[in-house]
Amino acid sequence: MSRFDPDSVITLAHGSGGKAMRDLIDQLFVAGFDSPELRLLEDQARFGLDSLSDLGDRLAMTTDSFVVDPLFFPGGDIGTLAVAGTVNDLAVGGAHPLYLTCGLILEEGLPIDTLRRVIDSMKRTADAAGVRIVTGDTKVVPRGAADKLFINTAGIGVIRRGCDIRSDRARPGDRILINGYIGDHGAAVVDARGELGLDSPVESDCRPLNGLVEALLDGGIDIHCLRDATRGGVATVLNEFAEASRCAIRIEENHLPLRDAVRGTCELLGLDPLYLANEGKLVAIVAEDQAEEALHILRQQPGGEQAALIGEVLAEPATRVLLSTGFGGERIVDLLVGEQLPRIC
Amino acid sequence: MKYVDEFRDPEKARRLQQRIEAVMPKLRKDRGRPLQIMEFCGGHTHTLFRYGIEQMLPEGLEMVHGPGCPVCVLPMGRVDDCVALAERPDVVFTTFGDAMRVPGSRKSLLQAKAEGADVRMVYSPLDALEQARRNPDRQVIFFALGFETTMPSTALTVLQAKNEGIRNFSLFCNHITTVPTIKAVLDSPDMQIDAFLAPGHVSMVVGEQPFQFIAADYGKPIVITGFEPLDILQSIYMVLRQLAEGRSEVENQYQRIVPKNGNDAGLQAIAEVFELREYFEWRGLGSIDHSGVRMRDAFADYDAERKFTIPNLKIADPKACQCGEVIKGVIRPWECKVFGDACTPQTPMGALMVSSEGACAAYYNFGNLPDLLRLREQKDRRKSASTGADAA
Repeated sequence: MSRFDPDSVITLAHGSGGKAMRDLIDQLFVAGFDSPELRLLEDQARFGLDSLSDLGDRLAMTTDSFVVDPLFFPGGDIGTLAVAGTVNDLAVGGAHPLYLTCGLILEEGLPIDTLRRVIDSMKRTADAAGVRIVTGDTKVVPRGAADKLFINTAGIGVIRRGCDIRSDRARPGDRILINGYIGDHGAAVVDARGELGLDSPVESDCRPLNGLVEALLDGGIDIHCLRDATRGGVATVLNEFAEASRCAIRIEENHLPLRDAVRGTCELLGLDPLYLANEGKLVAIVAEDQAEEALHILRQQPGGEQAALIGEVLAEPATRVLLSTGFGGERIVDLLVGEQLPRIC
Repeated sequence: MKYVDEFRDPEKARRLQQRIEAVMPKLRKDRGRPLQIMEFCGGHTHTLFRYGIEQMLPEGLEMVHGPGCPVCVLPMGRVDDCVALAERPDVVFTTFGDAMRVPGSRKSLLQAKAEGADVRMVYSPLDALEQARRNPDRQVIFFALGFETTMPSTALTVLQAKNEGIRNFSLFCNHITTVPTIKAVLDSPDMQIDAFLAPGHVSMVVGEQPFQFIAADYGKPIVITGFEPLDILQSIYMVLRQLAEGRSEVENQYQRIVPKNGNDAGLQAIAEVFELREYFEWRGLGSIDHSGVRMRDAFADYDAERKFTIPNLKIADPKACQCGEVIKGVIRPWECKVFGDACTPQTPMGALMVSSEGACAAYYNFGNLPDLLRLREQKDRRKSASTGADAA
């Protein structure tokens, strides 16, 4: 299929609009993403309104950029992230994700084989999520002007009728659910940077979440609030819910699903797993009488086996997130200031 | 998780809580003010907040969060020196992560990095030495920071650099000492602290003996304390029991780590590389005699202060800051005039807001800010009401 030498690298010519760029598009993107919209090579992708309105009554649209270092890490790579991230941003609004764009910024000198691996991951993840990459753009910048490879994806999805997921819908008495282990992605990336010489078996949890969300909606669950807990971790999402709903949230430290290896990494480095990034974790708030049912549904789904009820919504103290520590105390979980930096001792 | 969960057992915590409750009535009776225990070490402060331990303590018992956070007490002038070193084009400046955010008078290391200085985060001084091996044409400086806990590892790294003949490695030495600092707190006239929790990791190096004077000369109970939540509760109970029984001794709760005489190899390495400075400047506490170390003449080639020109300017703490009074337990963190308003973790003015181990940052992050600010207002009103009455 490909005429690129496996040792070849991206040059400025690949972004110049000429022959080299055309070869790159044909052989890597059109062949790799393999979608009918892309094959037409028009300046835009086109889709019929009828097929959209069959799925629901509102469109959802989102965009996200991906600049992760390193590009490849245990459990995923920048390509997996770029598709799953945008799919998940659509899914947590209750949207059925359909179409994605792919904007690439490539640093001169990037091995073409690296790009090919990333494109393959994007295609694999898109297939898993049931979405198509329908249009794209590529720019090449001189060496040093970008770090290897940046990706932007935008996505469009359709929200089904009657679905009303909003951050301000949490009510006292509601329950909080998560679909599995927290902090895996953050711990995997820390480890993959290789500065620590840790030998941790943790893999990123990077995955599309639309299957889980659709299972909940198909099961008749009225999801009040829903977010995917990416940068800033579970703590940040809970604070956003508490703030928007003018309620308090209390979570139980002992109920948080947490792998020993991630916990160990956090203990060593003085990090708090509640603030570690996830790439395949949703935090949902549902009414108390639907909580057990929602938990049951999640646990039946791939990616939801370790789902847990982690806390509840309270009236007071409004806008605060409280953590009942396993030790018997209680503390406030606030938004993080700056980056989490490892402590001296 | 092994060796972790054993020290966080809620059932054992409840039993210790009951014992603490039981000994309190006797201690409360003859005091017109709350009993104050100072945990010297920032690591202990962190544990107190992370596990919500203060809420588990009875009425009339206050924890005072001492000056033992090396990042917090670093004066602005020293941070400026770091920035000046880091901004030299020939320098790779290596530092522990949480020192990067400490504000200098112009900028922090994080800002200097954003502006192009080569500042790299490391997890150990040995990682810094490795940078020196890998970058023979650059000058690698390690920002040496911390109490006796981190001193042996820096000392051993310098010894290794010298052994290997690595010439492009040096320390910017800001190591500080525990005992003179506790003494300075004890000698301050407004000090009201009844007992101390001694820092476990420092004690692992220096042993029990250096703390004897606190019990013997000042009559204050002191317990060497570990860093897990049960360690802290048990140590609180141990100092309360001493107070109730009228004893003042050095007790060692952290025997699983702290040998009576400390760590010989560590102490020898410290003594070989470092010597006491006449005085060292602290953010919040001012100048304290013999509270810092510098490198001995034999290691002048590895001393960034001698190898490079640094501004070495003294920058006064902002006037509005009341860090000193908070550190000595005279006021609670939220009672400071600028707490939560002018001084927040995003824009720290004072030492204690800088690191997550600082008392003010801990209250800001883990406390209920609106409640704390309300408490401060009430106190201010009471104070102005009583002043008004006096005047009348």
